[in-house]
Amino acid sequence: MFTSERELTYGEAIKEALAEELRRDSRVFMLGEDIAEAGTTFKVLNGLVEEFGKDRVLDTPISEPGFTGLAVGAAMTGLRPVVDIMFGDFSGLIMDQVANQAAKIHYMSGGKLKVPMVLRTTMGAGRRSAAQHSQSLHAWYSHIPGLKVLVPSTPYDAKGLMKSAIRDENPVVILEDKMMYKTVKGPVPAEEYTIPIGVGDVKREGTDITLVATSSMVYVALEAARLLDEIGVSAEVVDPRTLVPLDKQTLIESARKTSRAIVIDEGYEQYGVTAELASVIADGAFYYLDAPVKRIGAMNVPIPFSPALEDLTIPNARGVFEMAKMLCNK
Amino acid sequence: MSRVQTKEDSSMSGVDREQWLHMYEQMVKIRLFEEQVNELYQGAKMPGLAHLYIGEEAIAVGVCEALKREDYITSTHRGHGHCLAKGASVDRMFCELLGKEPGYCRGKGGSMHIADQDTGNLGANAIVGGSSAIATGAAFASKRLGNGRVAVCFFGEGALGQGLVYESLNMAQLWKLPVIYVCENNLYNEYTHHSESTAGSMKARAEAFGLLTVEVDGQNVREVHETARRLVERGRSGEGPAFMLCNTYRYLGHHVGDISREYYRPKEEELKWRNDHDPLKMLSSWLIENQLADSGIFEQIEGQIRVEVESAVAYALDAPFPAPEEVSKHVYV
Repeated sequence: MFTSERELTYGEAIKEALAEELRRDSRVFMLGEDIAEAGTTFKVLNGLVEEFGKDRVLDTPISEPGFTGLAVGAAMTGLRPVVDIMFGDFSGLIMDQVANQAAKIHYMSGGKLKVPMVLRTTMGAGRRSAAQHSQSLHAWYSHIPGLKVLVPSTPYDAKGLMKSAIRDENPVVILEDKMMYKTVKGPVPAEEYTIPIGVGDVKREGTDITLVATSSMVYVALEAARLLDEIGVSAEVVDPRTLVPLDKQTLIESARKTSRAIVIDEGYEQYGVTAELASVIADGAFYYLDAPVKRIGAMNVPIPFSPALEDLTIPNARGVFEMAKMLCNK
Repeated sequence: MSRVQTKEDSSMSGVDREQWLHMYEQMVKIRLFEEQVNELYQGAKMPGLAHLYIGEEAIAVGVCEALKREDYITSTHRGHGHCLAKGASVDRMFCELLGKEPGYCRGKGGSMHIADQDTGNLGANAIVGGSSAIATGAAFASKRLGNGRVAVCFFGEGALGQGLVYESLNMAQLWKLPVIYVCENNLYNEYTHHSESTAGSMKARAEAFGLLTVEVDGQNVREVHETARRLVERGRSGEGPAFMLCNTYRYLGHHVGDISREYYRPKEEELKWRNDHDPLKMLSSWLIENQLADSGIFEQIEGQIRVEVESAVAYALDAPFPAPEEVSKHVYV
């Protein structure tokens, strides 16, 4: 993990990446609902409209399919749009424009047209926002060839990957965990940097078990690793950072080294990201494994409103700890 | 909004004899191309299906002749006419329909996805109404980049059932974008008459957003072209979007396999449109009546195009299929 004197929150790191790219390239512009003066409903983009104006930080009608499609067309004809979809739960509204249009246009045109756009949206439960404002639907995007899908977990990763996404020639989807905007703080250098898309990162080294975790689940895994330390189990925490393309090698190498693996992700467990990552590990590390690859996703239920119920649906450190303990025969 | 007055005097409209003959040639090209596509399908030489544009030629040609090469269009599943009218060549079109390597999309798009960046064609779209926001985005980029380009979004009246179209109209008018929405009302949403799917007035739907809305006889290329020129120039000069409702008719089925159509529309209706409202006949008659051409010239044009189309088919039938390694190319840039 990167260390630096300067610390930013997850939200501040994202805003800084956007501001730097807006400054660097006049073709870049952002569009979405209440992103200008309101700075988004999460207040992540405050201040950008003052610097860049309403043309480049464009408030749209509440028409997610329309403005996402508009961005696809603008990307095809010379601009570099960054679309803001307030809640990831609205992905269903835009899915034709993303999955049938943006993702396929380069291929369907035999490589002639391209769609260099970024789609930012949110994920993560725990905000007491109930079933239609809490889901983590990154698996939907990851299923469609032609999209790149990023799920950064730290301010450093979020900034570096956001800048790479804006410079990428393909449609790139970035899912930001809304619970991390203000609560997660970390080192971010003031100097210019980018992080290549498709490279995983070992967030904590260990020798007995690999915990592969995405987005905010990295913190769940790190907390589980701390608990495991107390019973003499050394856990390695691996963050793929990007789901598509996936850095399979980093996952496989870690599992080969530790011989055990649990995959943790906040998407629904059924047919989800955990299944894909577990399969990659099972295939690539089979002969090195001392236990079956296990996975922990969100419960397969619509996310309930009541805090007493909602918290049960999200993977937590205690659950990861118990499963790891069992796999390690402790 | 009032219906545009068309001018009977060609010299007044600024379109000369050569340009009208060129439009006739373009319409003939589309018709013969489509007839050949139908034969390829009937002869089991073409994979998949195709949605033929026969009967609607005047719209694609009348509109595209009002555009510059660098202006944008988006097209539909019934899109061969738009591609040809915007400048695509018949040989590479046939190659694409047959899934051959020299096709516009290297055989990977097919009939419903032909795109040709060189002629401003941002692609046909197999999702009904699916390109309305894309065309709007192209107009947005044109305005932002100040390159003076206009975008035309072709779609059928069936797309009026899609919410995306109204979201697009709203943004286009809100931001005064240079985009013309060309609605080809061929009466049938696939196999269903529009009266069973579309409430109220089609024109009033666009007018509700404040768009300049014009209804034209889509079989009359002169009326289509005059109107398109006016709306395109208006868009180019920054006056905003427009909606053009073109009344037309699809002579053949929803797709090449839709042969027995009596269950949804009578034969007499088809014959009436073919006999009384054919866009090729309407233009040639007008040129003859106004002593701008004699009948010989039309036979000559048809003969030339027939040779071009037949040699293009032969070329496409002989052309190679893409190599297997092509399958995983162009997923990403």
